[in-house]
Amino acid sequence: MLEKSMTYRASYTLLVNDQYCSVVEVEPRLLLADVLRDVLHLTGTHLGCEHGACGACTVLVDGRPVRSCLMLGVQAQNKEIQTVEGLVDPGGALSPLQEAFAEGHALQCGFCTPGMLMTAKFLLENNAHPSRLEIREALSGNLCRCTGYQNIVNAIERAANAHSAIKGSVAEG
Amino acid sequence: MRRQEDPALLRGAAIFIADLHVPGMVEAVVVRSMYAHARINAIDTAAAAAMPGVVAVITASDLPEGVGPIPMRLSPSPELVHALQYPLARDRVRYVGEPIAVIVAQSRYLAEDAASTLRVDYSPLAPITSVESALASDPLFEGLTTNQVYHRHHQKGLGGAAIAAAPRRLKMHFSIQRHTGMPLETRGLLAVPEGERLTVYGPTKVVFFNRRLLSHLLEVPLQHIHYVEVAVGGGFGIRGEFYPEDYLIPFLARRLQIPVRWIEDRIEHFQAANHSREQHHEVEVGFDDMGHVMGLADHIWVDTGAYIRTHGVTVPELTQAMLPGPYDWPALESDLHVVLTNKTPTGTYRGPGRFEGTFVRERLMDSIAATLRLDPLVVRQRNLLQPAQLPYSNGLKALGQEVEFDSGNYPAALLRASTLMEREAISERKREALHAGRLRGLGFACFVEKSGLGPYEDSRLVLHDDGTVTCFTGLADLGQGTGTMLATIVSRKLGMAMDRIQVVYGDTDRVAEGFGTFASRGTVMGGSAAYLAAAELRRRIVAVLSDEAGSNGADMIMTAVGIRPSEKSMTVSYREVLHRAAAEGLPLDVTERFTATAMTYPYGVHACEVDVCPGTGAVHIVRYGVVYDVGRAINLDMVRDQIMGGVAQGIGGAMFEQLVYDDAGQLQTGTFMDYLIPGMCEVPDIEVVVTEDAPAPSNPIGAKGAGEGGAVGVAPALANAIADAIGAPPEAFTTLPIQTQDVLRWIRLESEHGVRGDEGE
Repeated sequence: MLEKSMTYRASYTLLVNDQYCSVVEVEPRLLLADVLRDVLHLTGTHLGCEHGACGACTVLVDGRPVRSCLMLGVQAQNKEIQTVEGLVDPGGALSPLQEAFAEGHALQCGFCTPGMLMTAKFLLENNAHPSRLEIREALSGNLCRCTGYQNIVNAIERAANAHSAIKGSVAEG
Repeated sequence: MRRQEDPALLRGAAIFIADLHVPGMVEAVVVRSMYAHARINAIDTAAAAAMPGVVAVITASDLPEGVGPIPMRLSPSPELVHALQYPLARDRVRYVGEPIAVIVAQSRYLAEDAASTLRVDYSPLAPITSVESALASDPLFEGLTTNQVYHRHHQKGLGGAAIAAAPRRLKMHFSIQRHTGMPLETRGLLAVPEGERLTVYGPTKVVFFNRRLLSHLLEVPLQHIHYVEVAVGGGFGIRGEFYPEDYLIPFLARRLQIPVRWIEDRIEHFQAANHSREQHHEVEVGFDDMGHVMGLADHIWVDTGAYIRTHGVTVPELTQAMLPGPYDWPALESDLHVVLTNKTPTGTYRGPGRFEGTFVRERLMDSIAATLRLDPLVVRQRNLLQPAQLPYSNGLKALGQEVEFDSGNYPAALLRASTLMEREAISERKREALHAGRLRGLGFACFVEKSGLGPYEDSRLVLHDDGTVTCFTGLADLGQGTGTMLATIVSRKLGMAMDRIQVVYGDTDRVAEGFGTFASRGTVMGGSAAYLAAAELRRRIVAVLSDEAGSNGADMIMTAVGIRPSEKSMTVSYREVLHRAAAEGLPLDVTERFTATAMTYPYGVHACEVDVCPGTGAVHIVRYGVVYDVGRAINLDMVRDQIMGGVAQGIGGAMFEQLVYDDAGQLQTGTFMDYLIPGMCEVPDIEVVVTEDAPAPSNPIGAKGAGEGGAVGVAPALANAIADAIGAPPEAFTTLPIQTQDVLRWIRLESEHGVRGDEGE
C-alpha cells in the first residue's frame, strides 16, 4: 500500500497571495504547510507543533484563519490562500499591522509572529475596533513563548487605531 | 527604539533552520525508545532499509568504536562521568525518547514511514519514576553504587544547630514540578559536506564550544568544521546545548557525503530536549518572635532524569547557592542530592535553581509571617541585607565562582514594589472584592539574580569606507535581540546611527571565538566588550583626525557621508579617514576583550494581586508588577520585553505546565494539548518598573543581566497572594503548579476549621 502511495502523485494549482502556483506531482498526503514551505518555498509560515495547537502555521483560507498543519494541500484547491509573505504592500513596504508590531516590540524570536499577524489580520477585517479582551480572545489560539503577549495586544490595538485614523482623515478630506 | 531583527521576521523572510533547502538534501528521523527502561536485545533494520526512498539506517553498532559519550560543558564533576549519554543507545535504554536509530530518506514523510517498520526487540526492566524508588533501586549505570549520583553539603555558621536554639521553628516540604523551556521552534540541524569540510547550520547559544566538541567527537580538525547560526525561535536554556543529534546529523552527512537535515517534531521535542525544575525541598527554619531568621536547613532532592547532560549539576548547584537570597542568614546548612531516574534528562531553564529556590524561600517568608501573625513585608524588611552590607558572600559556589552579591539596595526595591501595588489601600480593595463575592489577595516575593558569567568575550569593530561599521561578536541570538543590543552600545559610543552598524555572530568562519549567550551574560560580557572596542575605535579616529578634532574630539559625530571631528570643523570622508589611518599605521579595525572574574547580581521584587472565586477556587490575576534593578539599562524597552516574557513563563510554571510521568515511565503530557503553555487569556498585562539604583561595579557599562529575573519570582508571589486571599495557614501552597483544586481544598479547610485572618492586619 505504501508502495502505491509512493507511485501516486497529485498535481494541482493553488491561489496564494493573489498568484496562481503550480504544485506538480507531489504526494497527495502533503500538508498545506509543507506545500507552502517546501514546494512553493514560502517559508514564512512556521510549524511549531504540527498538531494544531500552537497557531504558528496559521494562514487565511478564503479569508478565515486555518492551521495549515491540519489541512492537506489538495484540500486548498479552488480557495484563496493568504500567507505572511502577502502582507506587505506591492511596493514591499510593511503593512500598518506589521509596522505596529515593529514599533511596539510585539515579537522577540519572531517564530510565532506570522501566525499572530494572520490571525490579527482576520480579527481587524471583521472587527475594526476590538477591545483588549476581544483581541486576547481572538488570538487565544496562538502561543507565544517570548513576549508575554502584552506588546502583541498593544500593537494590534495600535494598528486598529491607526487604521481608523487613516479612514477618518480620508472621510474628512 | 525599533529592533534591527524585526523587519525580516515580520515579512516572513528570516531564515530559520527548517527554511533551508540545499540541492540533494535528504532528511533524517530519529527513532526513539518506547520504553522508560529496557534492555535492547536486537534491532532489525532490514525492513526499514528496504522502504521506499530510504538512504540509510544506522544504529549504535554503525557508529565508530569509542565514540562518545557527550561530555559536560558546565559544572563537571568526576562522579557524574558514569552517567553521561552516548549519541545512540547501545544495549540499554533509560528513558522514553532515547535515540536508538536514525533513518535517512528522500523526505521526512518517507523517513517516518520507514521508522514505523524498524523492529526493536526489547526486554523491559523496572522503570524508576521517582527519587524514592531511585534510592531503593539498583544503580542505572555501571560504576555507580547508588542512583544518588551527586551530593554536596554546605554549612555556614552553626548550620542546622542554630535552628534548635531558635525560639520558633517551622518545618515544611516543597515540591516543584518537572517542566521546561519549550521554545516555539523545535530544534533542527542541516549538515552539508563540502570536500574535507563540513558546514553545520542550526547551532546556537554556545556555537564555539559545540564546534570544538563536534571536532573532538568526529575526530576531525577544528578548521574543517564550519558552524553557522541562523534565526532561532527561542532558547530559554534548553536549546543550543550539545545533544545526541548534534553528533548524529553531522556524522551522517560525512558518512553519506550528502547534505542531511533533521527537524525535530514537537512530540519528539517533549521527550528529547532537556527537561528542568523537578525538585523537592525538606526545609526547616528557625526564627524569633520578631521574625528575625536565625537559621535555615534544607535537603534538596533533584530528579535529574536518566543521564547527565552538558549542564552537569548546574541547576542543583545554583539552587543550593542562590537559595539564601537577599537575606542575612546567620546560619545555613544544606544538602544537595542529585538522583537519576528513568525520565528525560534535565538541564537549565530560564532562572535555573532560582525559580525553584525563590519559591521555597519566599513562600517560607510568608509562612513565618503567618505563624507570627506579622506583616510579611515587615518580616522581609527585618531580614533583608542592607546596602552597607554589600558586597556580601554567602559562602557558596555556583558555576565555579563564589556567590558574592556586588551591589544593590534590596529594602528600597521592596518599598518600591509596595508603592507600585498601592498596598496601603489593599484592605479597602479586599472589602470591595468581598462585596462582589471574590476573595482578594496581595503577595510579594524578593529575589536576587546572577548574571554576566565570564571568563571573557571579545568584540571586533571594523570601519568601512562606505561609513558603516561591522561588529563581530562571539555571542549568539536566540530571539533576545543581541544585534540590536550591540548596535545600540556601539552607536552611542561612536556617535553613529544604529542602522549603519551591522552585527555579525554565529559564523565560525567570520568570528574567531566566543563563549555565547546564556546565564544572562550577553549584555554584560559581549556588550562590555563592544563598548571597549567602540571606545578604542573612537580614540583612534580622534587621533587620526587630531588636527581637526582638537584635544579630545568629545563632540565628534559620524554621519552618512563622513566624520565631523568637532562642531566647528568640516566633515572628513570615510575614505579619507581610512587613508590617513593606514598612513599612520593605526588600523581602524580593533578587537577588545572584556574579562570578568566574578558575576554581577541584579535583584528585584515580584508582586501579584489576585481574586479567588470562593466557589470554584479559580484564580484571576488582577495586577502583576515587577521591580527590577538592572544596574544600567542599555535599551529600556528590551529590558522590559525580557521581564514580561519571563513572567509569562513563570506563570506557566506556577499554574499550568507539568511534565507528568506515569508509573511505567511514559510521559503523559507530551503534546501542546495537555502541556499547557499560557496563552493570551492567561497572561495579564504586566507592570514593569526598571530601576538603575545599583550599577554593576565590575563592567564599564554598569549593566547587569535582564534575561531571567522575570521568571524567578512568579510562583511565590502568586502563592503568597492566593494564601493571603483565602487566609490560608502557613503550610499551604507548597506544591507547584498551584491548581484550582488545591485552592478549593484550602478554602474548604479554612471554612470548616479556620478563622480567616483579620483583614488588614
